[in-house]
Amino acid sequence: MPIHTQVIQSSYQDSVVLMRLAGEVRALPGVREAACFMGTPANHVLLEQTGLASAGSRAARPEDLILVVDAATGAEAEAALAAARERLARRQEAARAADVRPRTLDSALRRLPGANLAAISVPGAYAKLEALRALRRGLHVFLFSDNVPLEDEIVLKDEALRCRRLCMGPDCGTAYLNGTGLGFSNVVPRGRIGVVAASGTGLQAVACRLAALGEGISHGIGVGGRDLSAEVAGRMTHFALGALATDSATEAIILISKPPHPEVLPGLEAALARLPKPLVVCCLGAPPRLLGRVRWVETLDGAAEALAAGLRGADWSPQPFRDPEAVAIRLGRLRSAGLCLGPDVLGLYAGGTLAHEARLVLDPLLGPVAHGDPCPGTPGHRILDLGEDRYTVGRPHPMLDPLIRTERILQAGHSARVGVLLLDLVLGRGTHPDPAEPVLRAWGQGRAAAKADGRSLVAVASVVGTPGDPQDLNRQVAQLAQGGIEVLPSNAEAARFAALLIRPDLERSLLAGG
Amino acid sequence: MTDERRLLDEPLCVINIGLELFAQDLEAAGVEVVQVDWRPPAGGNPRMAALLAELEDD
Repeated sequence: MPIHTQVIQSSYQDSVVLMRLAGEVRALPGVREAACFMGTPANHVLLEQTGLASAGSRAARPEDLILVVDAATGAEAEAALAAARERLARRQEAARAADVRPRTLDSALRRLPGANLAAISVPGAYAKLEALRALRRGLHVFLFSDNVPLEDEIVLKDEALRCRRLCMGPDCGTAYLNGTGLGFSNVVPRGRIGVVAASGTGLQAVACRLAALGEGISHGIGVGGRDLSAEVAGRMTHFALGALATDSATEAIILISKPPHPEVLPGLEAALARLPKPLVVCCLGAPPRLLGRVRWVETLDGAAEALAAGLRGADWSPQPFRDPEAVAIRLGRLRSAGLCLGPDVLGLYAGGTLAHEARLVLDPLLGPVAHGDPCPGTPGHRILDLGEDRYTVGRPHPMLDPLIRTERILQAGHSARVGVLLLDLVLGRGTHPDPAEPVLRAWGQGRAAAKADGRSLVAVASVVGTPGDPQDLNRQVAQLAQGGIEVLPSNAEAARFAALLIRPDLERSLLAGG
Repeated sequence: MTDERRLLDEPLCVINIGLELFAQDLEAAGVEVVQVDWRPPAGGNPRMAALLAELEDD
């Protein structure tokens, strides 16, 4: 097989640049597949596992770039490698022609002495080092890096508390401070609601739903997905809640997380009870309840709706669908076309919290919903969080690079088990410029494959975004709908709609209001 | 005013270490930002890099 590898020494590039380079090389004549990696230990493991390692690649150091090309002929592979080298050289030339950039945090601080925050997205193995240095220089930290060991997270957060600085993360995808979004962030208005979130896509979903309800956020402080674990014990959640409690722009607060560890819960509940502002909590998987003034809800859109209603003095109670009549009409249309669906729902998610929420919605409706990759052919409903560390070693997050998901949409088209695909699209700054396009392309091929086998395949999606986002929520929704994908107004509704397609007998309970 | 509160009252001013895309987005949003030309320290050996950082902070 003509797989060609080349190592370019001392040519560090970030994962987004590498993804774009691989995409450009993939488009060259004869190229079947192209990959660009830095020679980190994790990437060496990946290359060995995929059989792409060679004597040359094994010698690559973390700052060396490994190019791997699989092409129809050796000449085409060599031509593709030469083109990749040329593109890199052009990029380096352009960087040299631009401003000389500081090589260290300290030299950056000399250039920007008023800096108050370090945004850090280096590979996880180096994240603690850079974040500690930033905290010790008096900066708050937004730590996007994933694959950071738990013990490093604890050291970082203890140091942050000692310095009275925010350590947002690790694995913090999104934050909003003073009206500015960091990481993957949507274009949402400023407003009176502060959010503390151990979840990037959860924060995005809540901020977007608040925007649709005419509300805005004062600040959205990410704390990293493990903050309410037994080990991290809510270090940054408590600190962030305290900051919002005394912030004059914040009138009310939403907390989003997975369920706190039982050892952490009593302390959290006590802290929440002391907060002097209206509060809604959505710890996905924790039961809905009213504890004093604190309302616990089950879904992300429910958190936004409950708080917005509360601030306006209105009642709110959770409903399976905002518009059950429209859902009934849509189901009728699909069924009248004569569906022949496989028995399983397959969720292919870019947003981790959205995947978790979908599982929680589907579990009581469809029975056990598995998480993660099955052995091929294993029956049952399944939700995959394609942003998990195991899928993103050596490649960018699926919100940036659609390839992880589109490959699986195509596979689903060939599976007799999969009847309904459940998808999330997350818009905003930092994410793919047009996520609907690759999903629709893969979906078209997957659906055609199913049809050729005499089966139907329905895709159900929800979109997290606003009309102000670079991708434009309305345009993305229209694109998906025109392409035949069923778009629901929230992730929870999309999951319930998927359940209705598999189990029509649920209509009575889920569409009772219609 | 406490340090964490000050961040919530001041405009952001950011040093970006890692994905350039984030610096570009911040710049487009009118935020003052400096991008660090980061590469793996100490030849890519995290343990050696941590040792060097400790020496630097002593």
